[in-house]
Amino acid sequence: MSTLVLPRAEPALPVGPARKRMSPYQKWGMILLVPYVLILIVFVLYPVGYGLWLARHPESYVKLVDDPIFARSIVNTLVFLIVGINLKMVVALFLSGFFVQARTWIKWLSLLFILPWAVPSIPTILSVRFMLNPEWGVINHLIFKFTGTDGPNWLNDPTIALAMAILMHIWKSLPFWTLILIAGRMAIPAEHYEAAAVDGATKWQKFMYITWPSMRTLYLTSLILSMIWTLGDFNSVYLLTGGGPADLTHVLATLGIRYLRLDQVDLSMAAIVCALPLVLPLVFFMMKRLSR
Amino acid sequence: MSWRTVTTEAKLLLIGIPVLIWTMLPIYNLFLFAISPKESAFAGNLWPDHPTLRNFALVFGEKHHYLEHFWLQLWNSLIIAVSVGALTLFVATCAAFAISRLKVRGGRTVMNLALFTYFIPAAFLAVPMYKTMGLYGLLNNQWALILAMLTIAAPYSIWVLKQASDKLPFELDEAARIDGASPLQLFRLVYLPLMLPSMVAIGTYALLLAWNEYLYAFLLLSNDRQITLGVALGNFLAADDSPWELLMATGLIYALPPAAIYYTFKRYMVGGLTAGAVKS
Repeated sequence: MSTLVLPRAEPALPVGPARKRMSPYQKWGMILLVPYVLILIVFVLYPVGYGLWLARHPESYVKLVDDPIFARSIVNTLVFLIVGINLKMVVALFLSGFFVQARTWIKWLSLLFILPWAVPSIPTILSVRFMLNPEWGVINHLIFKFTGTDGPNWLNDPTIALAMAILMHIWKSLPFWTLILIAGRMAIPAEHYEAAAVDGATKWQKFMYITWPSMRTLYLTSLILSMIWTLGDFNSVYLLTGGGPADLTHVLATLGIRYLRLDQVDLSMAAIVCALPLVLPLVFFMMKRLSR
Repeated sequence: MSWRTVTTEAKLLLIGIPVLIWTMLPIYNLFLFAISPKESAFAGNLWPDHPTLRNFALVFGEKHHYLEHFWLQLWNSLIIAVSVGALTLFVATCAAFAISRLKVRGGRTVMNLALFTYFIPAAFLAVPMYKTMGLYGLLNNQWALILAMLTIAAPYSIWVLKQASDKLPFELDEAARIDGASPLQLFRLVYLPLMLPSMVAIGTYALLLAWNEYLYAFLLLSNDRQITLGVALGNFLAADDSPWELLMATGLIYALPPAAIYYTFKRYMVGGLTAGAVKS
């Protein structure tokens, strides 16, 4: 049952700055905003404030810095970010050029290619964990079949294990970023390439003078967003290596949870606070970009 | 076909084949384990001598102590995912309407705070969230996971819906207002029908996010009868002699629904989400 009310005397201008008397539109706007504001206060602002309060003791930071696992985690996180993300984004940029080729089989391949992103990470990461098992994993079986020698003990060597965790992360998130960059490439008008072809431009020249200039901003934004998300990637490390061997492959995301499981919440929060100088500039960059 | 086209095709294949192997190897291995009898699962063959569906029968029959609560855990995953999807849709649509169409005072601040939440890495928010859920007395309660996932899914959802609704012409609202539509009528009769495609995308996004979640589920729930199937999979790792072939069979079952949903709603997902994910 809806009754129609007479048009209001005040002009129907929804846009514009706040007016003195609250219109029903303002009133309903506030009511509709209440559910989310409640969530924001109860599950974001209060926990964040509480977490920072837990991290207030200077001793926590002293203990943290004294823990060799912390230093190792910082290094691992930086390697993850610098090597992993750049590798991933360059490959995604390259593959986006591959997937825009008009071929039926490439269309089918792109449907399969999206699978790592479409399925949950737990089963696939555990599958990779088994593939890398030195005794019965399929990788070492293949290595033995073709070379007659035993493959490495993948997840028992901290360097290889970290590299595998990075590859795991790339496997999982490469399809998403490739999709984003494909969308970026599709937005470039085809006439630009046609004109360049008429002028006899090489492939490299087309990339340098047409593709890259129009994708630069998108690429940079993707890089930053990917950095933020990678900082929060818990699964790739935790489910593949468990932080081992000997806690040498932890990253900040898993380290915080490790301390939490050891009932050292102050250390856990202190580790996160130490990551903030790295995270906050990236966050503000993205916010500026998106809230335009 | 000229020589030039042949080399071009060959070059494309040279990229396509490694991409196919790279993508499919872990998934194929998952599948292979799931259909291998226990004895041959570790033989390292590329195809088992006697492929079998017995593992699935064992899983469905809950015939192992790791799988005691398989159906219940599958149900938990489902109910939590659906609740998160529905609640996110409700909260985010209301908020996006208030911010974008009603231009509510403070809407911009709320939007910025939401974006800020979206960009805090989820693993960092997990620690204070876990402690706070303890304070609220919600640990080991499925509401803790539902509310946590709602908190994580809502910001991006609001942002995508706001982007979409900013694109609707304002003349529509003005016409409705001049006709005397109340804010709620505007919401129900004008806004919701136009936003339906974006809402499908967002509902699916939140649902998949909750179904796939591991970290929060494993922190907030611990009782075997309350955990999701994803956490149950992780629990297999507790022992060295776990039945890996059953783990992989369960994993395959767990992975199928999201993949199916993804391909069903691909049209909405790719259009609605990737366009919103990165605005250049």
